[in-house]
Amino acid sequence: MSELHTQEMLLNMGPQHPSTHGVIRFVVKTDGEVMSTAIPDVGYLHRSIEKIAEKATYHGFMPWTDRVDYLAAMNCNYTYALAVEKLSGIETSRRAEYLRVISMELNRIISHLLAVGALGMDVGAYTPFIHGLREREKVNDLIEELCGQRLTYNYARVGGVIYDMPSGWAEKVLAFLDQFAPMVDEFNRLLTDNKILKNRLGGIGVISKEDAIAYNLVGPNLRGSGLKWDLRKDLPYSVYPEFEFDVPVGTGEAGTLGDCFDRYMVRIREMGESVKILRQCFEKIPSEGEPQVKVPKKIRPPAGEIYVRTESTRGDLGCYLVSDGGDKPYRLKFRAGSFNAMSIVEKVSRGMMVADLIAFIASLDIVAPEIDR
Amino acid sequence: MQQLADKLIQIIPHPGFIPDEYLYVGIQLAFALLVLMLFVAPFAGIVSWVERRIAARMMDRVGPNRVGPQGFLQWLADGIKSILKEDIVPTAADPILFRLGPYLVFVGMFIAFVVVPFSSKLVIADLNVGIFYLVAVTSLVTVGILMSGWGSNNKYSLLGGMRSAAQIVAYEIPAGLAILVIVFLSGSLSMQGIIAAQGAYPWQWFLFDNPFTLVTFFLLFIAALAEGNRAPFDMPEAESELISGYSTEYSGMRFVFFYFEEWANIYLIAAVSTTLFLGGWQIPPAVREWATAIHALLPDLLEFVTFFLKAAVLIFVVIWVRWTLPRVRVDQLMILCWKYLVPLGFACVLGTGLWMLLFPTGLPVVRYLLVGGAAVTFGYFFYRVWYQLKAARVEIHLNPFV
Repeated sequence: MSELHTQEMLLNMGPQHPSTHGVIRFVVKTDGEVMSTAIPDVGYLHRSIEKIAEKATYHGFMPWTDRVDYLAAMNCNYTYALAVEKLSGIETSRRAEYLRVISMELNRIISHLLAVGALGMDVGAYTPFIHGLREREKVNDLIEELCGQRLTYNYARVGGVIYDMPSGWAEKVLAFLDQFAPMVDEFNRLLTDNKILKNRLGGIGVISKEDAIAYNLVGPNLRGSGLKWDLRKDLPYSVYPEFEFDVPVGTGEAGTLGDCFDRYMVRIREMGESVKILRQCFEKIPSEGEPQVKVPKKIRPPAGEIYVRTESTRGDLGCYLVSDGGDKPYRLKFRAGSFNAMSIVEKVSRGMMVADLIAFIASLDIVAPEIDR
Repeated sequence: MQQLADKLIQIIPHPGFIPDEYLYVGIQLAFALLVLMLFVAPFAGIVSWVERRIAARMMDRVGPNRVGPQGFLQWLADGIKSILKEDIVPTAADPILFRLGPYLVFVGMFIAFVVVPFSSKLVIADLNVGIFYLVAVTSLVTVGILMSGWGSNNKYSLLGGMRSAAQIVAYEIPAGLAILVIVFLSGSLSMQGIIAAQGAYPWQWFLFDNPFTLVTFFLLFIAALAEGNRAPFDMPEAESELISGYSTEYSGMRFVFFYFEEWANIYLIAAVSTTLFLGGWQIPPAVREWATAIHALLPDLLEFVTFFLKAAVLIFVVIWVRWTLPRVRVDQLMILCWKYLVPLGFACVLGTGLWMLLFPTGLPVVRYLLVGGAAVTFGYFFYRVWYQLKAARVEIHLNPFV
């Protein structure tokens, strides 16, 4: 009699799979419900944004930056603008920097809202996702008033921001913050404090501090593993040193340090910190200062190179810009966190269950266009 | 049902050569068709609309509101749309199993309605093994789902089908134990017999008979949710993990069959829980006397309404749970069943047996205490819900034309 043996099954998860948001594909080897590996397969969304930069002027490339990470367009705008400014020695006004910080922190809130909501949806709770979207719509309204767009926001410019904030806008944002802070508590009651969610996320997809560093994780994924590293604090840029806020890190409250729940919790807490920063912004914002300083129509930075890093919603967003002295970038490269987050999936997913892989991917908050521009 | 049939045979003019037995069968079949076509099928459709409206309200959405008043006819529109859709059988699928699956699921659910007692007279067949029959025939659903999962020739569907089989087989044990408790108390397997053993008032229900039955109710409810593949136990069609599992490859009306089964199943879960624990269609004797004096059929109607309302409350709970909780993982599901619900079920069976031995006529004090406790809990719960609703009511700034 032959011995019973099991056969491994090859599953293609994505690009059409409902929980591979965007177009992400995993080649999953499973033995029933338990996986042996999940190998990420990237390259579905490559749009050559970096190549396009070589064909566009420094100003002209600005709208493309929104598409690098469509959930954190403000941060991408800013990172590129900062790189051009540093390369060409342009100084902006403090008011413009404040406006940039306001826009970026609003963007952080809504990006995290979508991340935690989508995580809930991926573990089967649909309602919190829609509640997150509802709050996001309110911020979208505010941002639309500020810059005219609702998804691929385009606000920062080389030398500042395109418009000053409309009159009465600050009050609207503050009113939103007043109602948003209790909404986070309600969200927690609905989802975070749920025993099923804690059991689904606790101890799953554990990334140790060493692995997180070795795989170059950034942002909430890194902080979820217990490392307090936030560029806003550690390599400060813009006017961030003027604000008081905490950097939430994972505490292992639902099982192990660095599990899915820690990453989830970091995002929830970061929304609260963003609210704190925003409140301080509106207190301290200088009343005078041009939204945009005078910059030449055709920027021609001196030949040279620059690498700037900012803390985007998905973590360290790097922009490497090389100029040959012409009016177009010689080379541009974005370095985003999602690609590295994808790379750790293969290591962590060994021996996981299929349902856990979904929760794990969701907790990494991967945005497909950020993986391959 | 028999009295009703007797009356009908006397009323309906019929030639003498047809034996009364045939007429009985005819009436029985006609009534079964009536219940299925005029009650269960539209009810399943309406539940789909109700579920979508409730879900939308919970999510701050609108939900279907265009077809008919408040979107009430949406389910009809969806049904017509599904019938008109192309019936696709994937090339690689097993054509026989693929086609047969939905029918088995459908049949397995609908023949269970044969023993559902809508009132003291409105029951297709009051089998003397009613509840046992119900447990047995609903197992056909598992076969259908497994067949669809395997026949689809899709790995996700296969996983979904396997999950379904594992889940339903596992949860039949706690459900069976919970039913056993009621069989102990009522001394009957017949659905009407179980209801007749209870009374109209809460303290006469089996739910509050003793502390063990209170636990058993929740045990049965959880097990029934799991057996009905309802969230948070909707593992077989986990849309975010398995892309709807066993129903991935189905389109049009075949797809609707699965959901039809699910919506009918919600009613079945509610109806069984109502029958076993909430006194079924029982109305107070005083009300019955009053109603009989007005019209002979009024007590039947009242019984039906009572049963329906009790079931409706439970249906709301089922929907509400679905749109609130995340889904558990498949191993957590099994742990919940084998490590918690099964031992708890045995404890309840033993406890109830012991209780019946010690207090053959029951303990009225305990009954009243349980009813009181439940009332206080519910009161506090509704106060909290009201409080949360008030706290959550903030002015929403949603202007698309700023």
